[in-house]
Amino acid sequence: MKSITVALAGNPNSGKTSVFNLLTGAHQHVGNYPGVTVEKKEGQCIHRDWRITFVDLPGTYSLTAYSAEELIARNHIQEDRPDVVVDVIDASNLERNLYLATQIMEMDVPMVLAFNMSDLAERRGLKFDLDQLSRLLEMRIVPTVGNKSQGRTELLDAIVETAGAERRERIHRVTYGQEIEDKLLQIQQALDRSDGDVVARYGRRWLAIKLLEQDEDVMSKVHDQKVLEVVGRSVVHLRTILGDEPEIIMADRRYGFISGACQETIQNSVERRHDISDTIDAVVTSRVLGLPIFLLLMYVVFFLTFKIGSYPMGWLEAFFGMLADAITSHWSDGHVEWLRSLLVDGVIGGVGGVLVFLPNILLLFMAIALLEDTGYMARAAFVIDRIMHKIGLHGKSFIPMLIGFGCSVPAIMAARILDNRRNQLTTIMVIPLMSCGARLTIYALFIPAFFPPHWQGPMLWLIYLIGIALGIVAAKVLRLTVFRGETMPFVMELPPYRMPTSKGVLVHTWQRGWLYIRKAGTVILAVSIALWFAMNFPKPPADRLEGRSAQEARQEGLRYSTVGRVGLAVEPLLRPLGFDWRVGTALIGSVAAKELFVSQLGIIYAVESPDEEAPSLREQLRADYTPLVGFCVMLFCLVSAPCIATVAMTRQETNSWGWALFQFFGLTALAYVLTLLVYQVGRLWL
Amino acid sequence: MSQSIGVQEKQTRPLSTAKAGERVRLVRIDAGRGLNNRLASMGLVPNAELRVVSNGHPGPFVLIVKEAKVVLGRGVAQKILVK
Repeated sequence: MKSITVALAGNPNSGKTSVFNLLTGAHQHVGNYPGVTVEKKEGQCIHRDWRITFVDLPGTYSLTAYSAEELIARNHIQEDRPDVVVDVIDASNLERNLYLATQIMEMDVPMVLAFNMSDLAERRGLKFDLDQLSRLLEMRIVPTVGNKSQGRTELLDAIVETAGAERRERIHRVTYGQEIEDKLLQIQQALDRSDGDVVARYGRRWLAIKLLEQDEDVMSKVHDQKVLEVVGRSVVHLRTILGDEPEIIMADRRYGFISGACQETIQNSVERRHDISDTIDAVVTSRVLGLPIFLLLMYVVFFLTFKIGSYPMGWLEAFFGMLADAITSHWSDGHVEWLRSLLVDGVIGGVGGVLVFLPNILLLFMAIALLEDTGYMARAAFVIDRIMHKIGLHGKSFIPMLIGFGCSVPAIMAARILDNRRNQLTTIMVIPLMSCGARLTIYALFIPAFFPPHWQGPMLWLIYLIGIALGIVAAKVLRLTVFRGETMPFVMELPPYRMPTSKGVLVHTWQRGWLYIRKAGTVILAVSIALWFAMNFPKPPADRLEGRSAQEARQEGLRYSTVGRVGLAVEPLLRPLGFDWRVGTALIGSVAAKELFVSQLGIIYAVESPDEEAPSLREQLRADYTPLVGFCVMLFCLVSAPCIATVAMTRQETNSWGWALFQFFGLTALAYVLTLLVYQVGRLWL
Repeated sequence: MSQSIGVQEKQTRPLSTAKAGERVRLVRIDAGRGLNNRLASMGLVPNAELRVVSNGHPGPFVLIVKEAKVVLGRGVAQKILVK
């Protein structure tokens, strides 16, 4: 069996992901590109006697050095040299999509074009002469409909055929006009006289093109001063005679090449009309209705997550309860009792307590996937840009922030889509204020414990809104102080609305859900066990327990343990917020991961009263705290110290411990002041 | 507004002054190389035909270029010169 690697390139919104899912099915692996945190998806499939590994490149419009995604896509093609590059093209938007294709063509790799959503294009009245276009572009073209699973076999056939075919010199290629071609030739000649390695690796024409475009990445790789001099002179010369930057003229010539190819091969019987997307846009992006619709949709998302999620959550709770009971009843007394306690209270209490929230997480990510796949997400960014702009952020900052409602870690990674460092930093700093899925576990425990059913939905909504409002204020303050400077211009595509496919949504949801389960099975398992030890050791000396009831002895044992001591030590600090040492102890645990707050409270209460008919955690909380304290706990958890994973990610993305610590302590201080205010003022009123 | 329509059409002006439904031709973009390249990759090159979908001032600006709907911030629309 022969093995080949295939890279999948394409514009954002070209349906690249659906083609990737079509090709690889469920055999996918999500990771990161080495050294950076742009998501790298890989998948495999076996076709005839070929084992094909697919790499999903980030969606890009071109291959310049201006954004991390474009550089990654380009470097993958240039350095890892895939056997074939499949460029996924939105067939109904051919000219713009082929722009990327012309740039991949210049890199001289075997290519296949996937004409995706070809059914839609045909319905729009476009007729393609694919044979002719294929001859002009010198590559196989396969019509696909990714979301209807059409064209898979044909595309795979074209891939293996292209991989096995003999390489030939291109006949048709983009020509940039006499003046530019002259200069390209001069640069190539200069390159031939130097930098043997670089030329061999990247190809002389591609290097010359990129040099003439003054591509920073390529300029930094060519060290020969003579070459750079030739480039500098050429740029000045072309600028004078063409009256514009060479790179702009070159972009124009690429479009010229494309429209030449399209003219001969495509019949467009109808002009783009006012379609259904425009009608929907007129409503959802309108000045009056845009924002209310957006807020309403967000409310629906969180209401559904909470309401529908509560049923499977109940089943999971029951399951873990049964599991704990089974272990307890089958374990004979006096037989390594500490191990039983570790299993029941530590492992099942900790990991189970986190896993019961999996339905909420899955539903939330499913909702986010739906918003993304329908195309509404881009509108949301557009609607919110008016506000984002006012607080000094880019509308696009909204996307990492929205992802922040799932988990801060990928959200911080997603802030890479912002090409301005100040915007990126500001966005990263406020992302933890977007209440993540892990914190949802805290609200899911507290809200039903303290508020009547008809208040539960609005209360959750309020918590999220507080986070958003704080994020806005914090961003504004940061932009006026630490990150002063101009805001980056807003440019974004509004893709046509599409019916999402269940497969696409499910794959997306499952990937996120799996990350959550993995976190529960690794980090949280380890921390739960460590916390169990910290909670049970050191044991108090026997004389301190003399004359006390069993209940009091347990209380004493917990207070004497490592965690109890730390919790007690910080209690005076937390008193003014209405918190006692138990909340303090759980807060310490939640720094490792926010969902641990719940599992730790669970352990504390289980340790405190392991009676047969122990009341549920919610009832115990209700007995011990007032609704005001309950609200203050949620508020503090919302704002305070982001989890360790977030700190680590901020450190990686900002490349500085300074920013990570600034974020950690800044948010904790903010949480403290805010909670103090709410508790003290609230106490006067309530 | 006493000029004839013919004259008005030929005048170079910022895209931000174009009204909803108007079709204009891109002349040049007065911006840095980063923005220029980004816009070029989305089809906004000299001579490209743009159709203004909405000029939602003071908010973003929606237009259609090469069959794709693109949203621009107000600042960007001011940097794009059309006629």
